[in-house]
Amino acid sequence: MNGFDHWVLSGAVFIPIIGAIVIGFIPRANEVQIKAAALLTTLVTLALGVYLVASFDYDSSGVLQFAVNRPWIDVIHSQYHVGVDGISLPLLVLSMFITVLCVIYSWDHFPEPHDPKGFLILMLILEVGMNGTFVAQDLILFFVFFELVLLPMYFMIGRWGGARRQYASIKFFLFTLFGSALMILSFLALYFKAGGTTFDIPGLIAYFSDPAHALAQTTALVIFGGLFIGFAIKVPMFPFHTWLPDAHTEAPTVGSVILAAILLKLGTYGFIRIAIPMLPGAAASWAPWIGGLAVIGIIYGALCCLAQTDLKRLIAFSSVAHMGFVMLGISTLTSYGINAAVFGMVAHGLITGMLFFLAGSIGERYGTREISRLGGLLVQAPRLGWILGFCAMASLGLPGLAGFWGEFPAILSSFAPSGALADHLGLFRAYMVIAAVGTVLAAGYLLWMFQRVAFGVPKEEFEKAHIHDVHMPEWLSWTPILLLIVILGIYPHFLFKTTNGAVNQATIGVPAPVDIAPGSGAAAAAGAPAP
Amino acid sequence: MTWFLTNAWLIPLIPALSFVVILLFGKRLPNKGSEVGVIAVSASFVLAIGTAIAWIQRATSGEEHLRPAANNDLFLWFKFGPSETHFGIHIDGLAVMLLFVVTFIALMVHIFSLEYLRGDRRYTYYFAALSLFTASMLTMVSASNSLQLLLGWEGMGVCSFMLIGHWWEDKANSDAALKAFLTTRTGDIGLLIGLTMTFFLAGQTFDIEKINQAALAGHMPHTLLLVAGIALMGAVVGKSAQFPLHTWLPDAMAGPTPVSALIHAATMVVAGVYLVARFYGVFSQAFHIFTPGNSGFNLVAIIGGVTIIIAALLAFVQHDIKKVLAYSTVSQLGYMVMALGVGAWTAAIFHLFTHAFFKADLFLGAGSVSHSGSHHSFDMKKDMGGLRKQMPVTFVTFVIGSAALAGIFPLAGFWSKDEILVGAGHNGYVAFMVIGLIGAMMTAGYMTRCVWLTFFGEYRGHGHPHESPRQITGPLIILTFMAVVAGWVNGFGLHYFQKWTANPVVESAMRLGRVTEAPFSWAAAALSVTLVLIAIAFAWAYYEYHAFGFLHGLTERNATAKAGYTFVEQKYYLDHLWTDVVVGSIKRPIAAGAYWVNQHVIDGAVNGTAAGSRVVAEFVYRYIDQDLVDGAVNGTAFSAEEGGSILRRMQTGRVQQYAAAFFGFGVVIIGIGLLALTHSF
Repeated sequence: MNGFDHWVLSGAVFIPIIGAIVIGFIPRANEVQIKAAALLTTLVTLALGVYLVASFDYDSSGVLQFAVNRPWIDVIHSQYHVGVDGISLPLLVLSMFITVLCVIYSWDHFPEPHDPKGFLILMLILEVGMNGTFVAQDLILFFVFFELVLLPMYFMIGRWGGARRQYASIKFFLFTLFGSALMILSFLALYFKAGGTTFDIPGLIAYFSDPAHALAQTTALVIFGGLFIGFAIKVPMFPFHTWLPDAHTEAPTVGSVILAAILLKLGTYGFIRIAIPMLPGAAASWAPWIGGLAVIGIIYGALCCLAQTDLKRLIAFSSVAHMGFVMLGISTLTSYGINAAVFGMVAHGLITGMLFFLAGSIGERYGTREISRLGGLLVQAPRLGWILGFCAMASLGLPGLAGFWGEFPAILSSFAPSGALADHLGLFRAYMVIAAVGTVLAAGYLLWMFQRVAFGVPKEEFEKAHIHDVHMPEWLSWTPILLLIVILGIYPHFLFKTTNGAVNQATIGVPAPVDIAPGSGAAAAAGAPAP
Repeated sequence: MTWFLTNAWLIPLIPALSFVVILLFGKRLPNKGSEVGVIAVSASFVLAIGTAIAWIQRATSGEEHLRPAANNDLFLWFKFGPSETHFGIHIDGLAVMLLFVVTFIALMVHIFSLEYLRGDRRYTYYFAALSLFTASMLTMVSASNSLQLLLGWEGMGVCSFMLIGHWWEDKANSDAALKAFLTTRTGDIGLLIGLTMTFFLAGQTFDIEKINQAALAGHMPHTLLLVAGIALMGAVVGKSAQFPLHTWLPDAMAGPTPVSALIHAATMVVAGVYLVARFYGVFSQAFHIFTPGNSGFNLVAIIGGVTIIIAALLAFVQHDIKKVLAYSTVSQLGYMVMALGVGAWTAAIFHLFTHAFFKADLFLGAGSVSHSGSHHSFDMKKDMGGLRKQMPVTFVTFVIGSAALAGIFPLAGFWSKDEILVGAGHNGYVAFMVIGLIGAMMTAGYMTRCVWLTFFGEYRGHGHPHESPRQITGPLIILTFMAVVAGWVNGFGLHYFQKWTANPVVESAMRLGRVTEAPFSWAAAALSVTLVLIAIAFAWAYYEYHAFGFLHGLTERNATAKAGYTFVEQKYYLDHLWTDVVVGSIKRPIAAGAYWVNQHVIDGAVNGTAAGSRVVAEFVYRYIDQDLVDGAVNGTAFSAEEGGSILRRMQTGRVQQYAAAFFGFGVVIIGIGLLALTHSF
């Protein structure tokens, strides 16, 4: 590791805050300078991400790389410990990537009450929190970044949001804060149960994996419960999801994009990074419940989508369904399922992020997002319409596009969950069937939406309206996402090679999948190497 | 020649690149991108012929032919958990046959479309979609693993969606597109489950060859194998439009006619048949197709058999020529599925082969009629009749295509249908042989009616019918030629087709069941041809000479006959069941109910908690803090006015103040972090 490698992660986390401070000193009237500074900051951060991708050692993606471990708050033994492995790297880079595109998209799209200065400062602070969460390897550090994310998003919704922004922002803030309170209690419990010596995540995992330090079952279940509530609210899982549609509906476009693309992943990431590796036994006891809520979310989210009349709210509910697939994968506690989950997180980030961009652009052009008033988008803005169609197809899990690789392997994994769940084999297979039915409902609500918005001819009130097709800032911010959706869909190895080693590492404490056909000679013939 | 076998991956790749080129540059090209599509599909066609010749040389050069010529490792596609999956091309007789058929029909349809779609508002877009479709189908038929198959399978579904809804300004068309996609997607629930199960049953691999071998090796628990087979059958029912999910295919005729010929007759809809043929190790074991002393019934054969009859019956009551052909396609797909169910594997894919030519011929013929004869209408009763005089080429090609479909000796359909019937009898599935014979008579009947309504009698339309130009009649003539000769590769006891497509998986399955291929029988052939001719004569007499007078107007006189007619005319009410009952109830009451629960129960609980907390806080503040604590301390630190003003400020909702407060908090946290950092480094 050279000297730069020691600094690259800290740079990735803190460069945005430097940018925010610099912008703070630029007078409010110099909008171009403010925007340029924000763009430059996010681009420099992304450059570090590119460097990480280029120099990451993919053969040992299960090992923390670019790690830095320094004393931080000695009095509670909290360390400044950062590092990335194959699970956090894709999410970290996704966060940097989406932030750049959001800055580009906002270029001359700032929602009322305008104020690019405040908006961009918030966006940069948001990036600090998101990047920090994905690199933190210390529970306190994780918590600080996890919470830091709340504030800028709260203001973004509360100040730049729609008509009911007050309600939505307060709800978002309090709901997540409530979860965080339980989460920090669980963190403290883990700390004290490990002798009050460290908050280090790898350290705690190693500590609890030693049979001599195993927690009493009830203790582990309760601690996992706290983590579960904290993370499940963030995901959000049914029935903790009601903050999401309101937050999305009221948030400005870019806020929705970041919320969907990155913020939701903090919850699922928490499950994979902290909850499961630290408490694999308790995870196995909770898994049938998590899987159950996940498939309820899949069906329930889809049904709520069908009932929506607002384009943006529909997409918001689709997140509930999609994150259900991610959580189903996680609940199987298998390498297949968690690989699917990480892929699903990235894919959902790209696809749903893109759908929110589109909802924003459509809403801006027509002055309404009411589906019944829209129609004939393909006539008035064919490119915009076809991009919407493409994203609908990606979102419904079409093979060849990114969404598929999060969805199908999650279904696959629930046929043969971890050996620790052998008693619930039938249950998980029922989940498999329900999730597969969910894919049809997803096709239903997405294509029905597409039919109503894009097919047909424009409604009378917009017949004469001039609807501008995709313009330059939109092309610049969307093209990279669209390309990535295709590239990841056609060549999934690109992402799986990053996640696989780390996922195998994270599931090391959990028994392998149930063996379905013990006598089958094909396993040997397949030349399957041991995990 | 082996170059063709090892480089067969070019065949799907070329149309895929063509799609990208048309999408990006099509509109700027002199022929709006159509030239790119035609060149690409021609190139793929040439390569497919080369591959076929190379394959035939290899297959006839000894025992070697039992091993598929495969390039299973083009690149590592993905690796997760303990399993690796490689993107690869699997070349064997089945794949080669389909590569040939798909590129051939696609080329004909491309050429036909140059004229047929001339001046269309979305000409470029149309050819882009055709290219993508061709690429998807070619990917599917040459897939070496089941996910690659799924990739092609769903890709075709999207193209089908785009092309059915080609004229999406009209809601009926976009409804049809949605119906097609969602119905096949419903069947695909089974595909997702089936592929998952076969993956695990074969020891965690997607490799189709290994899955088949594992199934034949008998290691799989039969119950799970059966469930996997039933699940995969769901996908077949959806994609190949089998009863009871066949309802999407007639609606799919909303798309341009060349699309109906290519996608909804010759190629995509046989994907389900291909799936069964490809996974025959799984299907034959799951349903005990070859097991000695089987009951003579299994799910595959039953679905195929039922579909033959119900679809053929519907073909009799259609006014729209394309719908007649659509129901005929459903019925013929039923033959293929039934053939696979009764163990007549070669016959099934042979019928797939011949059907592609004569059905594409018929659809393009219908297109020619509407293009030049009936002023863009497809209604036989209102706008056609007597067209044999003005459109002689279309007439002759259509009649020959119909005869091939009806199974007249020695045209293509005769040989393949005959093999299915003989195979059913030979393998002990006598009931299905009878169904096949009845179906054959019905086919002859409805095609006679269709030809009579279109080309005989008086012209009932309002246009000026004339023969179509050469870009249209050219493909018709070529396809008619194929409709005549395509059967001969396996006819007259020659069995070339059988040798070229011989499949080790099927042979092992047959060996396990001690079953052999059925030999050709002149007696059976004579029987079926006789029955078909009787049916034609009967239908002709009925329509042309108004014979069997008691049958005419029977539905008006007899209540039972009327009820039966209505039942058929309403398509057995299956559309009502799916569209109104199932989809309708999910879309409206169920979804609305779920959302009501969301807003009132779940969110109600959240808001209730919030409101409750506020009430409690108010209580604590007013009575405990102010009266008790503050009263006791008697107004020291926190005076009522101060507290109230803070609360008021909080409630005014001035977000800037929140912002200031929280921003301060954030800055403090980050400040601490930075301090700690600088301190530690």
